[in-house]
Amino acid sequence: MIDAELWSLFLNATLVNNFVLAYFLGICPFLGVSGRLESAGRMGLAVTFVMLVASLCAFGLHRLLTMIGAEYLSLISYIVVIASAVQLVEMFVRKTSPALFQALGIYLPLITTNCAILAVALFQTQRGYGLLQGLVFALGAGLGFTLALVLMAGIRERLRLADVPDLAQGMAITLVLAGILSLAFMGFAGIGAAP
Amino acid sequence: MADTLLTADTESGAQRLRAGLWRENPILVQALGMCPTLAVSNTAINALTMGLATTSVLLASALVISLLRHIIPPQVRLACFVLVIATFVTLTDMLIEAFALDLHRALGAFLPLIVVNCMILSRIELMASRQGPPVALLDALGMGGGFLLGLLALGSLRELLGQGALFGLRLMPASFEPWQVMQLPGGGFFTLAALVIAFHLLDRRRRSTEQGAEAAT
Repeated sequence: MIDAELWSLFLNATLVNNFVLAYFLGICPFLGVSGRLESAGRMGLAVTFVMLVASLCAFGLHRLLTMIGAEYLSLISYIVVIASAVQLVEMFVRKTSPALFQALGIYLPLITTNCAILAVALFQTQRGYGLLQGLVFALGAGLGFTLALVLMAGIRERLRLADVPDLAQGMAITLVLAGILSLAFMGFAGIGAAP
Repeated sequence: MADTLLTADTESGAQRLRAGLWRENPILVQALGMCPTLAVSNTAINALTMGLATTSVLLASALVISLLRHIIPPQVRLACFVLVIATFVTLTDMLIEAFALDLHRALGAFLPLIVVNCMILSRIELMASRQGPPVALLDALGMGGGFLLGLLALGSLRELLGQGALFGLRLMPASFEPWQVMQLPGGGFFTLAALVIAFHLLDRRRRSTEQGAEAAT
């Protein structure tokens, strides 16, 4: 029973309520890094990892803040924890894969201001998820983000060969594509709904 | 999309105020702060609240950062900026919860998410941390105003077509069939794309008339 619940939570975060296409979270990297397939996939994995760390820290922090009766500090402490987690990932990537570090460029430190990550922490607190539920939710949200990013990058690689009207080039055509993707994802509504 | 970011150190406050409203409009030109823009723009009143909240946070943080700009050490400046912004966001969140509980419920997690609105951080980094309070405040007012205008246009359009109403008042005739898609997330993307195209059309026309006037003289 508990497994089925976790599975539906995961599906819900990945497909039905996809963070990018249904909640509009993490739009900046979605529009910015989705030019090439390879960097899109890696960016997605980096975000997923930070989300897992953030979820873990948010769970502990929320417990601590409730204990001392200072819930109003949660926003400020979450953002500080996320910023340090991003710093950690940045150092790790720079050491292990300088090429990837180059490819991600400015978008790596910008994960700090990726609203999807703060949203994972906030949603988890608001909906009262436990430790395991929170981690599954973060994993689902991260994979959903990666999926949207990779899909978009694939389409945009094709788009380079297409003849786009002068006025719609750049942001407008990307937004239209995102809208179509978002409508397509509406088709998942109903899957993984709680029984 | 970030190539339109101009640092513009030499411009005066009044020029910064105008730049935010049109030439460097945060939503339509710079594509900053897109997440709250698209998420809460399904009705005009949500868009208005979000725009006002973001503008007030931007104004207050710009003032504080601008006053502290000689004290904050450059190595930890981002952390300091984020702390100041988070403080004002928490205040705004509590104020809205106290005075308009329904709106607070409708906006949900997107009010605390103002913290990570990249529009605010970019204004703080580019203007408030380098300029004195008068210029920083005018710049914040222009950018916040531009953000508010873009958000309001998006919200009004989506509410008008998706529900046939504006600020909850029914405007369309009874025979009007609401466009369901406008209330869905996809509708947000489509409406913004349409607004961006319209902005480029208008901007191009304005530029060509300006050039025509210069050629005539």
